[in-house]
Amino acid sequence: MIHSRSTILRSLPRSLPSSSSSAVRSRSLATVSDPPVRHYGGLKDQDRIFTNLYLKHDHGLKGAQSRGDWHKTKDILLKGDSWIIQTIKDSGLRGRGGAGFPSGLKWSFMNKPGWEKDPRPRYLVVNADEGEPGTCKDREIMRGDPHKLVEGCLVAGRAMNATAAYIYIRGEFYQEASHVQQAIDEAYKAGLIGENACGSGYKFDVYLHRGAGAYICGEETALIESIEGKQGKPRLKPPFPADVGLFGCPSTVANVETVAVAPTIARRGGAWFNSFGRERNSGTKVFCISGHVNNPCVVEEEMSIPLQELLEKHCGGVRGGWSNLKGIIPGGCSVPVINQEVSGKVLMDYDSLKDNGTSLGTGAVIVMDNTTDMIAAIARFAKFYKHESCGQCTPCREGTTWMMNMMDRMVEGRAQEREIDMLLELTKQVEGHTICALGDAAAWPIQGLMKNFRPEVEARLAQFHAKHGQVMFGGHLLSEADQRYALPDNLGGDTTRQIASV
Amino acid sequence: MSFARSAIASTRAAVSRSAGRRAFTSSSSRRSESLFVHRDTDYNNPSIPFEFDAENLKRAHEIIARYPPQYKKAAVMPILDLGQRQNKGWTSISVMNAVAKLLEMPKMRVYEVATFYTMYNREPVAPNFLQLCTTTPCQLGGCGSTKILETIESHLGIHAGQSTKDGKFTLIEVECLGACSNAPMMQVGDDYYEDLTPETTIKILDALAKGEKPQPGPQTGRQTSENSAGLTTLTGKPYGPGAHCLPEFQ
Repeated sequence: MIHSRSTILRSLPRSLPSSSSSAVRSRSLATVSDPPVRHYGGLKDQDRIFTNLYLKHDHGLKGAQSRGDWHKTKDILLKGDSWIIQTIKDSGLRGRGGAGFPSGLKWSFMNKPGWEKDPRPRYLVVNADEGEPGTCKDREIMRGDPHKLVEGCLVAGRAMNATAAYIYIRGEFYQEASHVQQAIDEAYKAGLIGENACGSGYKFDVYLHRGAGAYICGEETALIESIEGKQGKPRLKPPFPADVGLFGCPSTVANVETVAVAPTIARRGGAWFNSFGRERNSGTKVFCISGHVNNPCVVEEEMSIPLQELLEKHCGGVRGGWSNLKGIIPGGCSVPVINQEVSGKVLMDYDSLKDNGTSLGTGAVIVMDNTTDMIAAIARFAKFYKHESCGQCTPCREGTTWMMNMMDRMVEGRAQEREIDMLLELTKQVEGHTICALGDAAAWPIQGLMKNFRPEVEARLAQFHAKHGQVMFGGHLLSEADQRYALPDNLGGDTTRQIASV
Repeated sequence: MSFARSAIASTRAAVSRSAGRRAFTSSSSRRSESLFVHRDTDYNNPSIPFEFDAENLKRAHEIIARYPPQYKKAAVMPILDLGQRQNKGWTSISVMNAVAKLLEMPKMRVYEVATFYTMYNREPVAPNFLQLCTTTPCQLGGCGSTKILETIESHLGIHAGQSTKDGKFTLIEVECLGACSNAPMMQVGDDYYEDLTPETTIKILDALAKGEKPQPGPQTGRQTSENSAGLTTLTGKPYGPGAHCLPEFQ
């Protein structure tokens, strides 16, 4: 009805105000209609999956059941693996751990033709090694809704015909681990998991494995190595874990949030979950906001919510107002930083952030206002990666140390201006040349800094040069160079080429 | 003449100055944060006995049962943790050897694991083991972890990586502990103390020094990581079983 009226209006362009008339006139054909403009965000409480995110209610079995967990789980299990996988595919759920791989597709890799003939056990491994700086969402899920995770293990495990699930939780999370362990014990006792899970005849075990403080164990193959009782050093792929994974058996590693939303999606339908967010970015997502906002918090919202709205609605806005914003890291420390201008227009989903040269990552928003020393903030990340590199691949082991040293000098300003490009070249030589993505993750924040805040870095160098004179490569002052010898060209001491000047 | 002399003098000065700088190794050798080799000391050598007590042995067997029987060594991490807890919070070489014996694995495989993961302390720590997160989100959030670090250092009179003389506190800086919305935060033993300010930090330290255990969690009065100015979501009663579900699951 409304549609037809707008068509009529369009056929009478002269009756419209002149401001929009040109746009309308160019679309005078009656068959063209404006795409509906949909605004994302504003999720209602009834559509939130994690209803005990803030630990206001009982996290035990009784409380969980009163919030709808373990409700008719038997019926979900009896629907069978292909039904669950199809539901997850319909829901458009993408992995919530950072890579954003479609979950239904990933789970279906476990059920290759003829999988029944494989006598090996099959494992679901849940990645609860939440270590990415800025990320604190899985922690709240495991504290408040541990039963959603345990039930999710069962449902996702059924979908991939797994025999057991291992939940790898980071060692520092003691309270979280005890809540999850309590949930597992309660579920065993109530017959919800174990020999005859929920009375469906399906046998399924859930085990908790505590880590011991290594960021790298958040990488799926490192996590598998770690459960096997070795150093957490990533494996080369292929073979992929779905073929040879944990204990040499078919395995799939999935993030806590991905697994924990599965039962609710199954009960409420894939179409319900798919109705949130833009196409290919559907669903709800737990965002964790930290840094310079008035009230940092963890919140579940609709995907594709504008970043600015997320901050203003749930976190009381940026300290000192939006104009005081300097930059935002929208997805945990591994993704490039974006400046204020870009921050004002991005939507919080995989595609919008990717189009703007960054990434959704884990949905961990780190906000930095104008008081932030952006170079020092990124230099701290460089130190983090240096600390967390497992030391297996040379580009990463050596590169992270180099990057840290160079960034530390840049914080002070003690660097030749050409070293900015050398640093960028260095990041390019680490990126993509390592077994796992830690090398890439170490490179991206620096690339983001130089892309968006290069003038600031240059100003810092110029400031230092004004005070101490020309700086050569490696941070040596030209004034301290040995004047008895000719200075080779490649030390950066060529003062006739005035590159950095105030 | 005088010009020439001064030129020679300046050259000499340059020579003497550069003599040190032009050595083969131009930088001083720096140790990594923790040494990866074991050196026998009077408090940490393989002849110090260590045995799991009966209670921990029972727990250990429960843990081993979680893994496939042929992969007994998968239990090495949880059992090292058990050993560390029994051994006053640190993993001595004797603990590692006991774990290797229990799990029937080569000692070296246990050493590899114990040196890789940061939560195994290979040096003794005080009963109040303070781990302050100083990664960027904590550095930015709240009053900033730099301020908290200064507060702790000046209050206890130690630097990060050191223990107090009375043996009550050990302070270390750690990387992200995953409580970024509650920054700045520190971990004492197993407990997280969040939303710190210099005042609350001192209060916690004083209570710990007296042997008390302050209430863990956010120190500003909020419960977990909700909006401190009032809830923006989840304000009502959570929906019950079957609500909003597909007809067949209602």
